[in-house]
Order: sequence, then structure tokens, then C-alpha cells
Amino acid sequence: MGSFLVFVGRNSFDFVRYVGGMAGLGKDAAYWTLVAPLRGKGLRGRAAIHQMVLTGVNAIPIVSLIALFVGLILAFQSAYELRKYGGTVFVVNLVAVAMTRQLGPLMTAVIVAGRSASSFAAELGTMKVNEELDALETMGLNKIKFLVVPKCLALLIMMPCLTLVADLMGILGGSVFTTVELGMPYNYYWTRALDALLLKDILSGLIKSVVFGLIITAVGCYEGFSVKGGAEGVGLATTSSVVISITAIIAADMFFSGLFYYIW
Amino acid sequence: MNATEPIVHIEELTTHYGSRRILNNVSLSVQPRETIVLLGSSGTGKSTLLRHILALEKPTAGHIYIKGMDVCHSTDEELNQLRRRMGVLFQSGALFGSMNLADNVAVPLRELTKLDEPTIQVLVRMKLGLVGLGGFEDLMPSQLSGGMRKRAGLARALALDPEILLFDEPSAGLDPITAAGIDDLILKLKETFPMTIVVVTHELVSAFLIADRIAVMFAGEVVALGTPEEIQRSDHPRVQQFLKRVPEEPERDHEAYLRSLTSS
Repeated sequence: MGSFLVFVGRNSFDFVRYVGGMAGLGKDAAYWTLVAPLRGKGLRGRAAIHQMVLTGVNAIPIVSLIALFVGLILAFQSAYELRKYGGTVFVVNLVAVAMTRQLGPLMTAVIVAGRSASSFAAELGTMKVNEELDALETMGLNKIKFLVVPKCLALLIMMPCLTLVADLMGILGGSVFTTVELGMPYNYYWTRALDALLLKDILSGLIKSVVFGLIITAVGCYEGFSVKGGAEGVGLATTSSVVISITAIIAADMFFSGLFYYIW
Repeated sequence: MNATEPIVHIEELTTHYGSRRILNNVSLSVQPRETIVLLGSSGTGKSTLLRHILALEKPTAGHIYIKGMDVCHSTDEELNQLRRRMGVLFQSGALFGSMNLADNVAVPLRELTKLDEPTIQVLVRMKLGLVGLGGFEDLMPSQLSGGMRKRAGLARALALDPEILLFDEPSAGLDPITAAGIDDLILKLKETFPMTIVVVTHELVSAFLIADRIAVMFAGEVVALGTPEEIQRSDHPRVQQFLKRVPEEPERDHEAYLRSLTSS
């Protein structure tokens, strides 16, 4: 019993310390991304554009493909149940709303977490092992401004863009089913889908995607900065950056889904 | 600051990693334009002392004054101002792996000065020329040999014309000829620029060649301090052991050995 309490206590303590450390990093990143440029402390625009290409533009093919599949799967699954009630035509509404409110932002975030949280952790972890972070600090350069801000800015801008791509591709995936299986005219599908959507459906998804972007940056960079030891440490940090960011994304998604359900 | 006031003054510095004491009551003063070598075998705390001088670690007790400022109790902003007057060559060179040599050397110039790009390019070529790497501007760090990487790291450390230049094991991992080349470079810098140089090394030949004064470290303490001639004549057993390269005698406590084997 005693050792169980020690186990629970130690893990709770580690958890609080982890969240505290990450919140500190998130706060610094937000300051250097949003406040410091207004105070004339500059922003590393070129590096941010480079990161946008790496994290955003290069992710478009995989995000599109997966969103297309998810849209199609969603259409199959909803039609399976709706046809019992003769309501297969509502597949369109379901696909459009579910993709924009939920699956578009969530699938995008999971893909970006897999691609970018891991690459942030590996990059910063390797820099730490190679004393590059120490070198940066001894030059009098702020590692948050130099390394985290371009990544943060890139994801803040690219996550909503990727989410929009995923929304569109998901709805397109649904149209494959309705056109082939139900014989619904393609134009009618899109008209109906757009009619089913409210602006708040799309906006709530985009707001979530920005939060997911912050989570991915904070977890990936925090894991990278916390690397201990050599190559093995980098490997461990890379793995946990993906696991932790996906868990945090789903937890945040649950919170926001509840919030939007009740207040918006 | 008058001429006799030390530029680096370490006062009763003690530090621990966990419960293990690494530095024990170390006091040391470095005069302006002096080259001081911290000499000792592995694990004697010399690299830790260097990291404290760079304010990368906080000590358990004691103070380090650099140009009169206590680096153990300074704000980040004050430290960053001070660090701009210091250059560091890390053991691995610590070049940024994602940038070519020219961009590596240009980092401090671009980030910390308001020089225009053509001037920065000229300065970069000058610094790389100074360390014998003229014409290698476009190479990536991974394409360089160990010796070249250290030279490039040195060029970056020299970018802002530092007052204090610190070296962590400059000849570690290099063949004797390349190591001699680095020693020559340090001597050349010493003659050419009015710099204070602090070198951490375990290489005897190198230490006696470049030092104005040598501090011999053992078990976290400075056991001898003086000119190379004084160190040669020192009758301290640890200094003589080091100079004559006598291996450490293993402890012959059979009881303790048996206990260590059988205890779980």
C-alpha cells in the first residue's frame, strides 16, 4: 500500500512538473511570437517560412489522402445505419458537419503530430546532445526566439490551412460514395453539403486546429529540450513527443467539443 | 576597471550534480589578456568549471565575477549582454548542423548586430580565413573533419571580436598534427588580439605550449596554480602524478570488493 502511494505521489509530482515546464515553454513561445515583435524585438520571418513549408506545405498530400479516406469511411458507416430509416440522403449532412467540426481538425492534428512533433523533438534533442543549444545560449541568443518561434508561427498559420484542406477532401471523399452508390448528382451533393454547414461549424474546427498547433509545438519542443543522454535519449523524446501530443490533442478536442456543444 | 583587477574572478565555488560534489571551494582569478589553462584528468571538474564561467550552470555556493558582474546572480538580459563579449569553442565545435559554414559564422553577426549583409559576408570570409578555412564557406558541418569543425567553431566564436575566449578540450579527439595546428592557432590569436583566453585541457604538451599560467585540478579542487615552469617544479604529488603520467593505483580492499560482488 505504502509503495503504491509513493508510486502515485511520484507520478503525480512528475506530471505536474511536466505540465508546469511545458506551460512555461508555451508562455515564453507565445511572448516571443506575439508580444516581442510589437516591442521591436524582431521575428525570424525567413525561418518561419521555411518551417511552414516543412510542416505545412509538405504535409498537404498526406493530409489530403487521409482526409479523403476518412470522408469515404464516414459515408459508408453513416449510410449503414441511415438506410434503415430511409435517410441515406442525410449522409451528406453528416459527412459535411462531422468533417468540419471534428474529423478534419482532429485527423490533421494527428498527422501533423506524427510528422512535426517528432521532427521538432528530434531536431532540438540532437542540437542539445551536440552542445548546439549551449552554443546558442553562450552567444547571448534566446533559444525560444531562435528555435521555437519559427515553428510556433508556422503551425499557427498552417494548421488552419491544412484543416481547411482536410475538410474539403473529406467532403470530397463522401461524394465518392454518394455518387457511386446512391447515384446522387455531384453538384447536388456539394450544394446540399454547403447548405448543411453553418459558418460556426467551420470556425469551431479552425479554432481547435490553432490550439492543436500550439500543443504540437509545445510538446515537440519541450521534449527536445528535455533530452538527456545521447542518441537513445533523442529516440525516447521523439517517441514520447508523438504519444503525448496525440493524447493532449484528443483531450483538448474533448474539452472544446463539450464547450462548443453547450455555448456555441 | 583598472589594469590589475581580474577579468574573471571565481570565489569559493562549490557545486553538486545531485548529491555528488563536483567542485569544492574553487577560487581562481584570471587577469586581462592572460592565457590560463585548466589542466586535469577526466572527471576532475574542469569542464564543469568552464560551464559555470559561461553561466550555463548554477553553483551550490560561491560567486563568479566576470568584468565585475556576478554571473551567478544576474538577469538573463545582463547575462546576454555579457555573453556577447565572450566567445566559446565547444568540444565538438557545436556548429549548427542545418547551416553551412558561412551561415554558422554569420549567426551572431546577423542576430546581434545591425550590420548589412555585404559587410557580414566580408566579416565571415575574414573570420574563416583567420582560422585557415577560407574558401570553405559553402560546406555543411557534416562534410568537415573533426579539426576543421573545431576551426569553424572557433571562427564563429571570434565573430564578434570577444574579450574573453574559452576553449573546452580544443585538441580532444584530434590527431597530433591537427592538434598542434589548433595550438598554433591559439598562439597566433594570443599574439594578434588583446584577448583573455581560458583553455580546459588534459593535453600536457598543449598546456605547456600555450599557457601563461596553469591551474591543475584534481577531485574538484585547484591543487596547483602557477606559470608552466612553477608547475613543472611543483612537488604536489597529484601534479607530479599527472606530469609523469602515473596511473591511478586501484584500491586493494578485498573485503569491500567481496561485499560489492555479493550484495544485491
